[in-house]
Amino acid sequence: MSSVSSDDFRDSFFQECEELLEAMQDGFALMVSGAHEAETVHAVFRAVHSIKGGAGAFGFDALVAFAHHFETALDKLRSGDLEAGEETLMLFQRCGDHLADLVSAARDEAGGPLPGGEELREELDSLIGEQPQEEEGLPAFEPVVLDLDAMGEAQEGPGSISILFEPEADLFRSNNEPALLFRSLERLGRLEARADLSRVPLLEDLDPEQCHIQWQLGLETEESEGEIRAVFEFVEDACRLEISSLGAAGLEDGDLPSLEDLISVSPEASLLAETAPPPPAQTAEKTESATEKTSGGPPRGAATATIRVDLDRVDKLINLVGELVIKEAMLSQSIAQLELPSENEVSGGLESLKQLAGEIQEGVMAIRAQPVKPMFQRMARIVREAATATGKRVRLVTQGEHTEVDKTVIERLIDPLTHMIRNAVDHGLESPEARREAGKPEEGTVILSAAHRSGRVMIDISDDGGGINREKVRKIAESKGLVSPEADLSAVEIDNLLFLPGFSSKEQVSELSGRGVGLDVARSEVQTLGGRVSIASTPGEGTTFSISLPLTLAVMEGMVIEVAGQTMVVPITAIQESLQTRTAEIHSIGATGRVVANRERLVPIVDLGETFGLRRTPQNLDGHVLLMVETDSTTHCALIVDAIQDQRQVVIKSLETNYGHVHGVAAATILGDGRIALIIDPDSIIRDTVGAAGADLQLQLAR
Amino acid sequence: MTDTTTRTSGKGREVVAFRVSGQDFCFDIMSVREIRGWTETTLLPHAQPYVKGVINLRGSVVPVVDLSERLGLGAIEPGPRHVIIITVIGSQTVGLLADVVSDILTVNEEDIQPVPEIAADEVKAYISGVVVVEGKMIRKMDLSRVLPTAIREVA
Amino acid sequence: MSLKILAVDDSRTMRNLISAALGRAGFEVDLAEDGEDGLRRLADALPDVIITDINMPRLDGFGFIENVRKLYRDRIMPILVLTTESAPDLKARAREAGATGWIVKPFDEEKLIWAIERVAIPGGGT
Repeated sequence: MSSVSSDDFRDSFFQECEELLEAMQDGFALMVSGAHEAETVHAVFRAVHSIKGGAGAFGFDALVAFAHHFETALDKLRSGDLEAGEETLMLFQRCGDHLADLVSAARDEAGGPLPGGEELREELDSLIGEQPQEEEGLPAFEPVVLDLDAMGEAQEGPGSISILFEPEADLFRSNNEPALLFRSLERLGRLEARADLSRVPLLEDLDPEQCHIQWQLGLETEESEGEIRAVFEFVEDACRLEISSLGAAGLEDGDLPSLEDLISVSPEASLLAETAPPPPAQTAEKTESATEKTSGGPPRGAATATIRVDLDRVDKLINLVGELVIKEAMLSQSIAQLELPSENEVSGGLESLKQLAGEIQEGVMAIRAQPVKPMFQRMARIVREAATATGKRVRLVTQGEHTEVDKTVIERLIDPLTHMIRNAVDHGLESPEARREAGKPEEGTVILSAAHRSGRVMIDISDDGGGINREKVRKIAESKGLVSPEADLSAVEIDNLLFLPGFSSKEQVSELSGRGVGLDVARSEVQTLGGRVSIASTPGEGTTFSISLPLTLAVMEGMVIEVAGQTMVVPITAIQESLQTRTAEIHSIGATGRVVANRERLVPIVDLGETFGLRRTPQNLDGHVLLMVETDSTTHCALIVDAIQDQRQVVIKSLETNYGHVHGVAAATILGDGRIALIIDPDSIIRDTVGAAGADLQLQLAR
Repeated sequence: MTDTTTRTSGKGREVVAFRVSGQDFCFDIMSVREIRGWTETTLLPHAQPYVKGVINLRGSVVPVVDLSERLGLGAIEPGPRHVIIITVIGSQTVGLLADVVSDILTVNEEDIQPVPEIAADEVKAYISGVVVVEGKMIRKMDLSRVLPTAIREVA
Repeated sequence: MSLKILAVDDSRTMRNLISAALGRAGFEVDLAEDGEDGLRRLADALPDVIITDINMPRLDGFGFIENVRKLYRDRIMPILVLTTESAPDLKARAREAGATGWIVKPFDEEKLIWAIERVAIPGGGT
């Protein structure tokens, strides 16, 4: 077979595989939930079947072989020979995972079977109680046409061949055409055809569905009989065919009309000139179809609702739109300085321009947005693997999988999410025995949900396990010197100890979520995306980790502030409220420390000016504003700012491209006057100021 | 024109010559993207003293290095007469603050001499050779060495 | 005038491969994603030859062929089944439905073109 190897086609095949694997996993998820219909099984079957088909075209043999076994088992499910029981579905899901691995391996050109495949194949075979027709038998699937050489070699080139051909009604019903068969035969050698019209009945007795004509064909050829039979491949079940060799003697002319004679009398001779007469029953139609044929123009492409675009192009567009938004802001500022009368045309026009620019920006951002579904499906697999490794029974429920998030955010979220999911199975859920004792179903549930909430994406990972064992967590933290034994910690504060660097180490983390990586790493990864992680846990009922993320990494809502003559931006998501220093209740602590009482807690005051080395903290805070910022819902601080200018959407620009990371700074942006403003990173400022364990901890100690 | 430019050799390279605190420097013109007048920068916290901050270059955030301070010749108090030479070093764009751009010269490889011992140690670390043009000594700057340290950390 | 082919396959990869192969052979290619889509395309313009997959959502290959034969009973439109299936009973079902020929995947360009040329009523170019 000729294997096709264009890179584009390969890419498109693998892209389609992703979609098919997604459809397959969706189907399994439906089946597991018991909500499936017959079509669900069909869709899963087709997905695996299509992967097999494509893989065959590209010669990915290991993939074809496994898909074939898998497909055979799915076919049994489809036909009702197999029940979709729990065990079966679990096996199918594992097979689905393996299939995904084989697809990845094929993409990475790693080829070959993968470990575990053989076992799965055996399990599949024993499940259906038989060996499927082996894929090694694939060559036998090849149509006769390609296997003819072998047959031909067995015989001498026969010289003169005599063929008796009598079409049955089915041959015409299936739109096969004797004339075309004869034409194909002509390519093999010199052909003489004689139609035996002797059995054609009188008109009143004529059954128009039947052919009544028999052909006696003589063919002078060097080709084998197999080659000749191949011509009749499509009609062998719809005709009487007798092929016999006459040796080199040749075919004697008889009294039957010759091919040429028949053509000349045939009404559609002009159409079928080089071939042979068609059967009478079909002539009119043929003329019509032949004359109706119109063509011209290039082949039409597949009807798809999507196009593939290079990500670089999208990013370039995003950059340009970002510039457009900045230019618009700059223009607005210049025009404002002109002090035109209100209600002037320029300002009105500018306002619509601004709106348009905003809409374009939104539209362009949406190009990068992708549903979280593929990521969630990956997590389904993580759950399965984690369940197997820990000997727990776990059901993953996903919600809001069509929620869209920036592609880069999704990509960079996979690692922290994987960690949290493993954590939920490994540490969150109890053992089946413990669950039984607690009166819970043995099977634990992990809910993974996504939703848009006030301009951010919320991703929750909830388990219905035993909740955080706070006593134990506290003990561990104390033993590691992360918290003082005297500290008076609230439940939330204890929960947050889990995020302390060095809290989890290989000792108490099982092999599964271990690898020396703690939740602190997962959290800091989320933070680099401008996200935040919080925990809520109820003893006996379970734990929820909530990740809050920006919709995009390209723009954000920010508060434009002024500190020591510099303009900066504070992410709006971190800001709780602003307080006027005049009315705020400010206390001094020690020589330099100051706190402000807010919502029944004492919050440390930090001067951004001093933090950034721009000035010494002003002693008199009159005329300043305190910006209350929080991180991950537990630690707070109050930033001294000189003025609040504006709240607006800002385009996020990297400082790291041309410079590097600056501590306390998340990124930069360009303001309306064209100047750069730094976007501060409240998390790192709070961490520096009050320590990782949180401001409230320290303050409660101080009280 | 100078005698270095009249000698036509296949190895001639164009360099941009500029002055920093009274001393002449040059580097390959291929590294120069554009030359702009001084604009106010946005200060960067925790930066080395020679990093003057960042400017907006058509939507990119570009750090500005005070070459005088970087070379140990004392900080420049930048004003409207100063220029920022926008250079591309590797994959990074960096603005270099200089007094004035004086000339564009063609220099042959063989005219570049090793750094003389008399040069101040501070400067020596940043130059890869010298060219004498019309009695003036022009120091050929090694751009990779003037990059602000925050860049080297991430690079 | 080149032959006009309608290829019906739910796999984008297969559609791409078929389209490229037939395009190279000088045929005019129209593509459909499943049986229903195929019937819609036929309503626009009738091809000289139809190539169809069997396993497809909504309307599978058998149903598609039956419908084509019913709807266009006065036309000659050879229909080639291109599938990984090779079971005789499926072949018989396809023939019953009115399939002209049966080509077994894996996809082979030459094989496909040869089969088309064997069943197509020459409209010109061939």
